[in-house]
Amino acid sequence: MIEISHVDKWYSPSFQVLTDCTTSVAKGEVVVVCGPSGSGKSTLIKCVNALEPFQKGDISIDGIKVNDPKTDLPKLRSRVGMVFQHFELFPHLKIIDNLCLAQEKVLGRSHDKAVTKGMQLLDRVGLKEQAQKFPAQLSGGQQQRVAIARALAMDPIAMLFDEPTSALDPEMISEVLDVMVDLAHEGMTMMVVTHEMGFARKVANRVIFMDRGEIVEDAPKDDFFGKPRSDRAQKFLSKILSH
Amino acid sequence: MNYNWNWGIFFQPNPMGTGTYLDMLLSGLALTLKTAALAWVIALITGSIVGVMRTLPSKGATWFGFAYVEFFRNMPLLVQLFLWFFVLPEILPRAAGLWLKQLPNAPFWTAAIGVGFFMSARVAVQLQAGISSLPRGQKMAATALGLTTVQGYRYVLLPMAFRIILPPLTSEFLNTIKNTAVAITIGLLELTGQARSMQEFSFQVFEAFTAATILYLLVNAVVVTAMRFLERWVAIPGYITGK
Repeated sequence: MIEISHVDKWYSPSFQVLTDCTTSVAKGEVVVVCGPSGSGKSTLIKCVNALEPFQKGDISIDGIKVNDPKTDLPKLRSRVGMVFQHFELFPHLKIIDNLCLAQEKVLGRSHDKAVTKGMQLLDRVGLKEQAQKFPAQLSGGQQQRVAIARALAMDPIAMLFDEPTSALDPEMISEVLDVMVDLAHEGMTMMVVTHEMGFARKVANRVIFMDRGEIVEDAPKDDFFGKPRSDRAQKFLSKILSH
Repeated sequence: MNYNWNWGIFFQPNPMGTGTYLDMLLSGLALTLKTAALAWVIALITGSIVGVMRTLPSKGATWFGFAYVEFFRNMPLLVQLFLWFFVLPEILPRAAGLWLKQLPNAPFWTAAIGVGFFMSARVAVQLQAGISSLPRGQKMAATALGLTTVQGYRYVLLPMAFRIILPPLTSEFLNTIKNTAVAITIGLLELTGQARSMQEFSFQVFEAFTAATILYLLVNAVVVTAMRFLERWVAIPGYITGK
């Protein structure tokens, strides 16, 4: 589904942020990307739907090359859902309108159809009652669930999560993770940048460990948590799992 | 000081035969309002376009925006009006120059367009600041949903940016109204111009300019009040100064 091969990204020759990153996410697979901050994991996931440009290598989604100038990027992006660390709901739109905007403007759905679909998804993330509210009236956890619903409203073939729980208070993390776990169990293809190792243990098929712009480890979940092969991954794990 | 106060002067006939002195001032006020309204429309439209251009990723667009703003804001308004009114007809090809000079209401059009362009540079800078003040993730979220750049601005960035810059825009609107007074120098008989001719006909300088001052104050008070209502009307529940 998502093929990343030999991707390099740099801001200047002396400032390389991604080095020779190669990995893939198969259909229905859940891949967790972790690593210390500044390791390039957020940058990598943003390269997947071309929110960030890269200088070398190839990324393709469902066989369509992201870095081909002929690719209709808005169309491709509309098929890949993305959830951000800071939710990024549109503050001037009601919750339901947040879900309808792209359905109508990008997919060309009628307003009624978009609302029906939107309400259905709000129900699914347990926020049907909040449809007529504005984002600023919701808690962080609720906002992030809306953001997931907004992405799902586009009927995506894959979902990208960029640290979806990092900006949340601890008691709100689980309500968001629950939604993500459900999604994974339903067979959604997911690439998730996160530090939530509990989530990784529960639903990930593979875990990718990044450090200094490189993919240091790319292993099935059990291997990764059993015994990481690299020192750096071991150190990282010992630090975040010790508490 | 030896001055004969005569507040009854407003109800005496003016020597132009167009009614009383008050009528004279009111016709000036009408012209001020017309000029300011057209200038403000020009300032808002071109200022918005240029302001958006300054935030685009394209180098050409930002460069044009930069050059436009610096051209129009770095020259005194008076000099700009003289340029449009006295210089432009001379440097154009003869026929075009002649056509310009013979244009009916030339002072009105020159003032409206001149003040409009001058103010548009200021609107552009404010809008640019408004857009830049939005979280970077807003644009990313719009892009990730498949919205094109134009749609992203239209439905996501601009509705928020304009809300944010509404208070400073009010000041710019007031400036636009006040700046039309400069048009007296190219022979436009707007409010200041009429107050001045009233002074010349009647020698009641204090009465004339007191009246003009009060009229300017009243107009601006109406604008300020209207903008406050607009601000409250578009306020977002739960958001900063929302209701």
